[in-house]
Amino acid sequence: MMRDANRYGRIGAICLLIAWLSIGTALAAPVAEPDPAREARAHRLFTEVRCVQCQSESIADSDADIAGDMRREIRADIAAGKTDGQIRQELFDHYGDYVLFRPRLSLGNVALWLIPPLIVLIGAIFLVFSNKNRSKSKDYDLTDEEEKKLKALLKKRD
Amino acid sequence: MASGFGHGQTKAGAETFRMTHIDEIGNYCLGLAFCFSLAQAGFVLAGRGRGGIARYAEGASLAAALAIALSFAILIFAFVRSDFSVVNVYEHSHTDKPLLYKISGAWGSHEGSMLLWCTILLVYGAAITVKGRHLPESLKLKALGVQGLLGAAFVGFTLFSSNPLGRLEDAPLQGQSLNPALQDPALAFHPPMLYLGYVGMSVVFSFAVAALIEGRLDRAWARWIRPWVLLAWSCLTVGITLGAFWAYYELGWGGWWAWDPVENASFMPWLAATALLHSAIVMEKRDSLKAWTVFLGLLAFTFSMMGAFLVRSGLLTSVHAFAVDPQRGILLAAILLITAGSGFALFALRAPTLAPGGLFAPVSREATLVLNNLLISAALCSVFLGTLYPILMQALFDKTMSVGAPYYLLVFGPIMIAALLIVPISGLMSWKRGDLKGVMQRLAVAFGVSVLAAAIGLLFHKGPTVLSSVEFFVGLLVGFWLIFGSFKLLAERIDFNWKAMPNWRRLVGLPLATWGMILAHIGLGVFVLGAVTETHQKLSVMQSVSPGDTLHLGRYDMTFTGLYTQPGANYDAQGGVFDIASNGRKVCEARPQRRFYPASNQVQSKVALCFTPLDDLYVVMAEPQLQPDGKASWQVRFFYNPWVRLIFFGPLLMALGGLLSLCDRRLRLGIAQRADKAVKG
Repeated sequence: MMRDANRYGRIGAICLLIAWLSIGTALAAPVAEPDPAREARAHRLFTEVRCVQCQSESIADSDADIAGDMRREIRADIAAGKTDGQIRQELFDHYGDYVLFRPRLSLGNVALWLIPPLIVLIGAIFLVFSNKNRSKSKDYDLTDEEEKKLKALLKKRD
Repeated sequence: MASGFGHGQTKAGAETFRMTHIDEIGNYCLGLAFCFSLAQAGFVLAGRGRGGIARYAEGASLAAALAIALSFAILIFAFVRSDFSVVNVYEHSHTDKPLLYKISGAWGSHEGSMLLWCTILLVYGAAITVKGRHLPESLKLKALGVQGLLGAAFVGFTLFSSNPLGRLEDAPLQGQSLNPALQDPALAFHPPMLYLGYVGMSVVFSFAVAALIEGRLDRAWARWIRPWVLLAWSCLTVGITLGAFWAYYELGWGGWWAWDPVENASFMPWLAATALLHSAIVMEKRDSLKAWTVFLGLLAFTFSMMGAFLVRSGLLTSVHAFAVDPQRGILLAAILLITAGSGFALFALRAPTLAPGGLFAPVSREATLVLNNLLISAALCSVFLGTLYPILMQALFDKTMSVGAPYYLLVFGPIMIAALLIVPISGLMSWKRGDLKGVMQRLAVAFGVSVLAAAIGLLFHKGPTVLSSVEFFVGLLVGFWLIFGSFKLLAERIDFNWKAMPNWRRLVGLPLATWGMILAHIGLGVFVLGAVTETHQKLSVMQSVSPGDTLHLGRYDMTFTGLYTQPGANYDAQGGVFDIASNGRKVCEARPQRRFYPASNQVQSKVALCFTPLDDLYVVMAEPQLQPDGKASWQVRFFYNPWVRLIFFGPLLMALGGLLSLCDRRLRLGIAQRADKAVKG
């Protein structure tokens, strides 16, 4: 697929234009077919589920028998019309927190989810304010002593 | 000697007797290295970190490095000649192993890799003495003192609790061999590169502590640590890449990064070092971010030590972890806590007394670098939490939980995307007072081209959902943006003009540090493109097949044509032959294997890789199973990994950029001249 991309890329500007115009269709097209979307949903869920008998592998990566069974179950659940949330909940009820590679947003896990974005937020606020305060205090200006030194130096040069 | 076993026992016995003296010398050298390290720290303390007796620390650092290098060489020699009177050799080697894996077996175990760690640590200490001739003496001696303490702690740990040169009274005739998964060229070089990176941060740690004790931190300090950070960062980059490459083609799961705790343990020091590399530039150019840079210097080595501790503590179960008893884990934890604890305590005491640095305008290159530091720190924090949360939950509340790729995708991902988007803007922004609008205008073409390139990529990606299409588009955009933005920077630096011939003299005259930066950022973009394409476009199929069957994957058809056997150096391989064709045209023949290693009675599956320049066709074969109808069948996994080579090529470019920057004469000569001035002036 990527190689095709390279080959077509060479044709030139017209193709680029057509490509640009047809992004919309590229985005819209797959939604019309339910099967690949269902499979994509299933695959996304597979990466979120730990193979409970393997070493830190998701059931998407593992070729263990139990991983195959769990994949089959999840595909069946999706076919039966369950939402991702329902499937996650069922997995949690059955295996506990251990099975979910994407930890739930529970009271115990709040720190895990919130600390990194909070660092960005608090850091940004801190930077903005510390800079504001500093630019108010005229730190850019020379002290009286430095001013005298500067004048003396300038005189010397003259 | 190994070759002596088949011949007369008496002759072999005599030879073994003579040769084993060498092992004792190795043991003795390890003890010497411990004493010299203690002396190194002792001299500095006795001389109060200034001149006089403290100067003997320089000699002690050289002697310690020599002693430990000899000890390590003797361990390697013991592995090379399969001297099974050494416990470590007996447990991790075998006479049939190829020479490369006999040598790499020396660091294939917990004990051996500790000795490697110590060797690198003490050699870095000696490098401070040799390379630091032009540093202010009191700073250098204090750094040597700290380095000596670190050396004594780690060599002491190795000597008294994890001695790789321990002996057996009766030497067995044959060893137990190295885990077959570790018998691989990428993994042979993975630990030395990784440790050169981890331990390289110790130099920065020592310089940070020394500067805090001195109470003097200036732009020169940032300049002095820069080469060490660059060297360590480049080695760490190569080390992690080799590890990822090994995980990719040796473990046979088709992926290259699992956000496994041990992988994260190596990624955290890398992130800290990356932040440090950039904040040190701000400190050097603008004399600000002093306390922050020192903090990162302490943090980088703390994370390195934490990585070493996590891998060896027995707290983690991972494919990469050493199984080590908890007592030694506690000792390592104590070293980690005491070292990092005292470093940060000193920082807390001294940081408020440091002279405040220069100011910076909200729109300037230093401001973009500060923002980049903030984002990398938050990303680092997410990796830290993701790695330690399950361990803490288990230890404190006895709850098991998992943190995996989806968490990092949601938390680490967006933060890192923001950090990467700033990179090209930062490169074009001027110091002190930048012009955001002007920079945006200059980058408009690069951004447009990136959007277009990403859009073309998206066009050929048949994304099953809108979400995955958006993710893919943003990922490609970031990758192309990094690459085209770097090209724009290069074009501006050499006054590139479409109408005239490029000015070659300016191209050659560009400082190596600038080349290094451009190359590293392009490498990062290449990596992002590879990682995004591989994760989103990867196809795989798993099927049970017998000879004659065909698997279909995308536009590839793979036919199982037959079986073959092949004897190896120290294994017997059985494999399948698979013809891979695309649209009826033969692409390649894949020959995945299963290798049986009689020495350790283990089977290792070997992946077959057929690569077109960028994409990999990846085939793994499981053990045969008997079907109900009596026919044998093999479970085969077939992956199409597009652009996967970029994932390993990009970081190599980054490391090359780091090394180029390290070679910049301005940096190296600058150290000497400026330092001299600093001392005299």
